[in-house]
Amino acid sequence: MRRGVLRALPPIVLTAGLLGAWELYVELSGVEADLLPAPHAVAAALWQNRGLLWSNFTVTAEEVVLGLGLALACGLTMAVAIHLSPLLRRAVYPLAVGSQAIPIPVIGVLLVFWWGFGIFPKLVVIALICFFPVLVTTVDGLAAVDPDQPKLLRTLDASRWQAFRFAELPSALPAALSGARIALAVGVIGAFIAETTTPTSGAYPGLGREIVTDINFATPRAYAGTVLLFAFAIACFHTLTIAERRIAPWSIQPRGEPR
Amino acid sequence: MPAKGAEVPTELQSRLQTPSPQEAAAGEIALKDVGHGYRLGRGATVQALDQVSLRAARGELVAVVGPSGCGKTTLLELLCGLQTPDRGSVVCPPAVLMPQRDLLLPWLSALDNAALALRIAGLSRAKARTRAQSLFAELGLDGFQHARPRELSGGMRQRVAFARTLLSGKPVLCLDEPFGALDAITRGEMQEWLAETLARERRTVMLVTHDVEEAILLADRVVVLSPRPGRVIAELDVGLARPRVRTDAEVTALRERALDALAMGARA
Repeated sequence: MRRGVLRALPPIVLTAGLLGAWELYVELSGVEADLLPAPHAVAAALWQNRGLLWSNFTVTAEEVVLGLGLALACGLTMAVAIHLSPLLRRAVYPLAVGSQAIPIPVIGVLLVFWWGFGIFPKLVVIALICFFPVLVTTVDGLAAVDPDQPKLLRTLDASRWQAFRFAELPSALPAALSGARIALAVGVIGAFIAETTTPTSGAYPGLGREIVTDINFATPRAYAGTVLLFAFAIACFHTLTIAERRIAPWSIQPRGEPR
Repeated sequence: MPAKGAEVPTELQSRLQTPSPQEAAAGEIALKDVGHGYRLGRGATVQALDQVSLRAARGELVAVVGPSGCGKTTLLELLCGLQTPDRGSVVCPPAVLMPQRDLLLPWLSALDNAALALRIAGLSRAKARTRAQSLFAELGLDGFQHARPRELSGGMRQRVAFARTLLSGKPVLCLDEPFGALDAITRGEMQEWLAETLARERRTVMLVTHDVEEAILLADRVVVLSPRPGRVIAELDVGLARPRVRTDAEVTALRERALDALAMGARA
């Protein structure tokens, strides 16, 4: 319990310091509230608009979680396929790299034309942005298996599938999880891009579109929405770190903690 | 690095390598005029083994000693069917390799690592664990079932690797410098341990080592290879009662003979 408090202290102190500096800057510089609202104004906006912001937030959170799921599924499948087939590697890898350069507005309208105003086009945008780190780290992780390991497994009569299942796959898991963490960090901004490039018909358009609407005439509310995205990214990252400890416990280095 | 030939499926290889069913059925190892080399690229090749002929009877422990790079590891890979010889013939019953490094899988517990061959053979995790469990106690590993490899000492890791090798159930064990990476004291302990274990679990063993003393302490017969390309330059029958003690006059005498043979090979 005490250790938990001690661990949480540095980020709390830093955040408090930054908020204080921000408040002071707004106070002393006289910058206009439309340009940069003070933290207390943002906090007030957050409280006053809690219903609206929360409803939009749940839309965005769902997009991020499902979009990341889609990105993971695509990234991992492609990584395994590329690992097993040198032909696919040559064919697919350059296109995967190129896909990262596509400005999303170019295809946003097309995605809506194909799949309508629902959530799916947004998931596609998020997956397109997020699959790449998963793909690259997993391909490298799969290739990094000890080259003597397959030899040993062959003398134990392992099939290709068994060698993959017992050696390559678990050996690539920590790398794949690192890729997932990077994907998650860009996933939230991915959802913002998705919402602002593909129109929606839902009752709540999501936090991203809400922020864009608010930024000109309700600046504190736009900031309040940003605060929610900020906190959400941190929460997701922590969840994944905890999951990693369960999924790949061997990859966590002990840090001199007493056993 | 395995040559391209290593890609041949195992079934095909074993058919290619079985000119004499009688010998294989008897659990015998027979190498006849085996030569093997590696391509280095740009057309250059390195000859690892040249005209190697040797036999091992069923249940016999043959140690192969020689300077580094004389093709000892290649010899074991030929026996295990990981490579096919360029020349000559290899007859060997199913063989399992215990490589120089333990190659334990870091994500499996010690017990699951030992039981790997059983899992590969299609047993469920629970059944494989039960089967491995009894051997674990015999090998002095009791209490370490759930430890991960990185929590084990070097000696313990080699024991787990040896348990994995034994549990493959194959009649021939190919041990590649099994104690090469251990400190002198642990190595001595492990040699005694291996001698005891093999006295209980009789198998045909091909032990590769550069430690002449280890070869004489453990083996029924010692084969001395020359520097690259490896050829057989001496064969010593050990024929001493077990357990053997490294300071015994007979052990030291055999050691001198083996070292002399190695020195002659190096000069030739």
